[in-house]
Amino acid sequence: MINGSILNLKLFRLSLICAFFLIAGALPKSAFSQESTSEKKEKKFDPKDVILEHIGDSHSWPVLGKTTLPLPVILYTDKGLEVFSSAHIKEEEVNGEPTGKIYQGTHYAYTAEKDKIKVVDSNGHIDEAATKKVWDFSITRNVMSMFMAIAILLLVFLSISSSYKKREGKAPKGLQSFLEPLIVFVRDDIAIPNMGIKYARFMPLLLTVFFFILINNLLGMIPFFPGGYNLTGNIAVTAVLSVIILFVVNLNGNKHYWKHIFVPNPWWLFPIMIPVEIVSIFSKPIALMIRLFANITAGHIVILSLISLIFIFKTLLVSPVSVGFVVFMDCIELLVAFLQAYIFTLLSSLFIGMAIEEHH
Amino acid sequence: MDLVTPNIGLVFWTTLCFAVLLWLLGKFAWKPILAAINEREKSIESALSMAEAAKEEMARLTNENEELLKQARIERDNILREAKKVKDQIISEAKEAANTEGARMIEQARLEINNQKALAIADVKNQVATLSIEIAEKILRKQFEDQRKQDQLVADLLKEVKLK
Repeated sequence: MINGSILNLKLFRLSLICAFFLIAGALPKSAFSQESTSEKKEKKFDPKDVILEHIGDSHSWPVLGKTTLPLPVILYTDKGLEVFSSAHIKEEEVNGEPTGKIYQGTHYAYTAEKDKIKVVDSNGHIDEAATKKVWDFSITRNVMSMFMAIAILLLVFLSISSSYKKREGKAPKGLQSFLEPLIVFVRDDIAIPNMGIKYARFMPLLLTVFFFILINNLLGMIPFFPGGYNLTGNIAVTAVLSVIILFVVNLNGNKHYWKHIFVPNPWWLFPIMIPVEIVSIFSKPIALMIRLFANITAGHIVILSLISLIFIFKTLLVSPVSVGFVVFMDCIELLVAFLQAYIFTLLSSLFIGMAIEEHH
Repeated sequence: MDLVTPNIGLVFWTTLCFAVLLWLLGKFAWKPILAAINEREKSIESALSMAEAAKEEMARLTNENEELLKQARIERDNILREAKKVKDQIISEAKEAANTEGARMIEQARLEINNQKALAIADVKNQVATLSIEIAEKILRKQFEDQRKQDQLVADLLKEVKLK
């Protein structure tokens, strides 16, 4: 009885989706065509802009349609700090070109051009020389989403931490039993094989890196507010993570590690090996940075390109193909979300392990 | 390229956020969680090893019991065998004793019989002697009833003595 009703529900949903596409395909001339023709007059659809807008950072957070969540702009200028809402410099379409409103701050007048804050001189023109002196520390979409991710991480892990205290010595339960295998995985399959008995000191770092990357990869896959951002596919974020790994590796490197770099085995290799080893110190974290950035960004670009096909062909008939491919890509991206978190953590622990390894 | 140029603001916020996150999670989440997991793993391991030890102890006890039982059986068999031996010995000893006793008693009886026979023979001899003497006395008395014969004899005897 119950099985039958679930089956019916599935069939019903499937047929509903098919029906949606059929109706949408059958009525291209009524609602959609008008809109597309009017858009055509205004501006040709350019998937590059849409994709780069999504991949990059922004001073506002799109919620639904044209509604956006304004975010605080924090600028450090040569004259002092400036804080104002990004709603004041919102870019709006004027004659088909996005033009930012001008906001008169305490020290300068500002506007936005392609989501970059620019200083405006008294004539209303963008002053690039003055803009270079302004440091943008705004709470952008990425920063805001990072706050959200951190809040989720803190909420989740502090709550399971307390359930470990409450259920001491008992079997894990609920969220705890979902996350414990991941924690144990990081410990037993990432940290211990690469770092040996000295793994315990680096566990907090590895776990934080792993779950930070994982949650941001997963939240980035949500296509709408409050997801729909690209934090782990942002070079600044991966750079910071890599620099942290660079510092951890080199500050914990023991004398064997440094000896390996500065005293290669046959003495005549000195001129070749020392520069190579010094480059390798930096190339390892750079590889980490590029790998995470490129993987996540590429995934987002592929998914957005597939979605853009619908708008490029201006027909909903292509949407089943697009949606099918996007679902397929989403599955791959889900795998990549875990895989990249795993690889970043694995390689970090490998580099740390190489630096702290004892030779006998 | 815009895409690969790190934004200073995002770098700053990421560093700050990550540092805070690392500190908070490290202090309030990872430390207690990892400690709890380790603790539990240790307790499970010790419980398992204890169970293993108990099993071994059990096996050892069972073995011991069996050994004891086997020993008890051997002991019992030994005791029985010994008892049988003792019984046989006692019986044979008793038989032997009975035999020797019987022989002794027969011997004694024979001796007694011999003694009694000798005594009886001696008695008969005495009786015969007494009777002989009495008869002889009576004969003599009858012979020497007249005086002259007595004198005759004395004279004969004296004659014999003179000759000597």
